[in-house]
Amino acid sequence: MTDNASYSRRISFDDVSKFYGDVLGVNRVTLSIPPGITSLVGPNGSGKTTLMNLMTGLIRPTRGSVRVFGISSSDPERFFREVGYCTQFDTFPRGMTGYQFVYSFLRLYGCTALEADELTWRSIERVNLVEAAHRKIAAYSKGMRQRIKLAQATCHGPSVLVLDEPLNGLDPLVRAETIALFKVLAEDGMHVILSSHVLHEVDAISDQVIMLSNGYVVAEGQIRSVRSEIREHPMQIVVRCRKPAEVAAKLFEQEQVVEARVHGDGRGLLVKTRDADSFYRLLNKIALNGVGIEAVAPADDDANSVYEYLIGSEETAR
Amino acid sequence: MTTTQISQALAVFRLEWKKSFFARRGLWIYLLALMPIVLYGGHSIIQIKIGRPCDFGMDTTIFATVFQVFYLRLLVFFGCVGIFMNLFRGEVLDRSLHFYFLAPVRREIVLAGKFAAGLTAAIAVFCTSTIMQFAALYAHFDSSLMREYLFHNNGLAHLGSYVAVTALACLGYGSVFAAAGIRYRNPIIPAAVIVVWEAANGFLPAVLQKFSIIYYLKSLCPLEISPDVPKFLELLVVNPEPMAPFLAVTGVLAMSLLLLLAGSWRLQRTEINYAAE
Repeated sequence: MTDNASYSRRISFDDVSKFYGDVLGVNRVTLSIPPGITSLVGPNGSGKTTLMNLMTGLIRPTRGSVRVFGISSSDPERFFREVGYCTQFDTFPRGMTGYQFVYSFLRLYGCTALEADELTWRSIERVNLVEAAHRKIAAYSKGMRQRIKLAQATCHGPSVLVLDEPLNGLDPLVRAETIALFKVLAEDGMHVILSSHVLHEVDAISDQVIMLSNGYVVAEGQIRSVRSEIREHPMQIVVRCRKPAEVAAKLFEQEQVVEARVHGDGRGLLVKTRDADSFYRLLNKIALNGVGIEAVAPADDDANSVYEYLIGSEETAR
Repeated sequence: MTTTQISQALAVFRLEWKKSFFARRGLWIYLLALMPIVLYGGHSIIQIKIGRPCDFGMDTTIFATVFQVFYLRLLVFFGCVGIFMNLFRGEVLDRSLHFYFLAPVRREIVLAGKFAAGLTAAIAVFCTSTIMQFAALYAHFDSSLMREYLFHNNGLAHLGSYVAVTALACLGYGSVFAAAGIRYRNPIIPAAVIVVWEAANGFLPAVLQKFSIIYYLKSLCPLEISPDVPKFLELLVVNPEPMAPFLAVTGVLAMSLLLLLAGSWRLQRTEINYAAE
């Protein structure tokens, strides 16, 4: 795929702002989202849902433009062939069964009765709701409602799947299955955009993150690159070794190492450094001196730490 | 319209017609349609009980008057408020409008499908009511007199005209309230404004009169109203410059088309923001 073609398969926000009257939704957002799993992370009211609703045309930007693969939501016939949106709205057209919910969406899509029936069963099977398909959605549990929404959002084979808190209400087993499904979809080249407040899941799922706070994008990209950009917080690295005191002494000779604390079990240390790359090079040299280094792992390049540094631990990531 | 768009409009229609006919919140519409049938039925039962049918011509004039003053202006009008304001408003109250807005369907197609479903329900309910009113009113007359009226004295033509006017009223008021339901959150305000506008039609300058549905419907009603009605009611229902039926029908169709276009324009700019409701 050429660069141009690859760029045209992106979701782009061009200087997008959204105000609800005087209330800020999101402000001056410029993004270009590549394929893979992208997580939107931020506290309540940070603008995650606004960003998703803008992406899918449920609301319109006050300023700027949003395009998916170069298509605007004002052309729904093309746009929604590419996009599926599993909203946070836990409401459905009255009186529908799970089957009817998916089937009628496919008829709106323009499928024949036969095609719609086939695709409906396929997507209902994918979310393991076959037995409950003919029950009214009103009688579904929260987790089942989440799954039928997911079935509807994916039934027409979209290239972009937008999921607002898709793991809410799912039990651990279904949660794991759903995450696996997202991964499969992303590996097939789909854009999966999701919001989640469970940061360790964001870590496990995401290829990249977009962090939002008070309507502004505070960081975007792969978690590690975002972490490396946060200069005011030295990187924390755990080194498991047989002679932690000796390693600590050698590390302190380097000015980029700001702290090295021996672990309570005497089998490792936690190092804080301003330059992780230099630190790793140095560690390679030290390892050659027979200090018995068993493992080295970054301690704070996960979504939780990045979130804490950028947005603050006092806010709940919801 | 492309073949896909037609099949999409039909898909919307299939989803909506049941809602329009069987919605629990629409039960009162059936009661509205039933009301004049009960009145005329009661009248006929009383006449049969006392064994003295009334004057046929008088009943025909009463029907013409009630049809214009009461049935069209109030019952069909508010019935259309109930059916058509809910086409989109109901979805917002149920928080399910995003179901349509997230489908690869143009919003004007959604409007067309929903409007067709509402119109089918309105015509079925109110035209049936018109026919049943006719039957109930004349039930106490001798069957030979009825046959004479229906088949040799324009009775069927009158009934056909009343049914057609009812259908046109559903179309006209339906388009008014379908468009209003997209624009306004509260149905009471547009309903109140429009009912006053329609009532004041007879008092408005000639140019403004043309911007109301009742102006065209008045010209299509087949019979004169009772000469005994009070003067102000006469002003309401008599058209001093009646139009040719063809022009009147075209007028209703044109008004409806304009209103639906306005509704469609508005719908394309509608955002989903249930929290603000």
